[in-house]
Amino acid sequence: MGLLTIGILLLIGIIFGTMNERNHFSRIAKAEEELSDIKVFNIKTLPDNVEPGGALVTGNVVIAVDYFKVFVAGFIMLFGGRLSGFEKLMERARREALVRMQREAKALGADAIYNTRIEFSAVGQRPKKIGGAELFAYGTAVKYL
Amino acid sequence: MTDLIVTNLETVPGREIIKHLGIVQGNTVRAKHVGRDIMAGFKNIVGGELRGYTELLTEAREEATQRMMGEALEKGANAVINVRFSTSSITAGASELYAYGTAVVVQ
Repeated sequence: MGLLTIGILLLIGIIFGTMNERNHFSRIAKAEEELSDIKVFNIKTLPDNVEPGGALVTGNVVIAVDYFKVFVAGFIMLFGGRLSGFEKLMERARREALVRMQREAKALGADAIYNTRIEFSAVGQRPKKIGGAELFAYGTAVKYL
Repeated sequence: MTDLIVTNLETVPGREIIKHLGIVQGNTVRAKHVGRDIMAGFKNIVGGELRGYTELLTEAREEATQRMMGEALEKGANAVINVRFSTSSITAGASELYAYGTAVVVQ
């Protein structure tokens, strides 16, 4: 790849990547506000006032980092240190997965989600190419009496 | 399949477990679609959600869960408890989605 191509890709990456990230964070914040009545717990012990039954709810998202961040990360990796671009990526994906799980619980008319677990898996990874990160959240939705 | 309770808790809320029927499992191995891969390549430049992959994994996980539920029904269970999921990538282009849990009979 010529230097020009890399330059263009970096420019596209920094413009769209930053825009995407900002929009996504504001969408997540809005959704979290909307779904704040669905409480999420990672404990297994249920209170006594729970309706019999319960349903498994899940939420997942596959998200990719932009070219600019991969490029910067490549540099940082030479010396070691904090990859803040990737930190943000993981945060975004994790929060999005939780929001989607909450949305499913809300659709079922549930009040809370217990025993929430969050899992990570790498998708489509190839040498020299950062694929996507999948964050998957699941738990048991219950209704209070 | 509506009467089958699936949960990742160790008990079914408000119900008593009468009988344990053992582990039930379901899996599926999925490969990516070339078209989706091209879109993903583009998204690797601008960043953002890879919707095609999200859908693919959701579908695959649902199928694994359905297979697990099918096995539970065959055993005569009416609930699957302590469900766990795991994902493993077998090769660069394919991943296995696996769901497992304990089939039980509850009141």
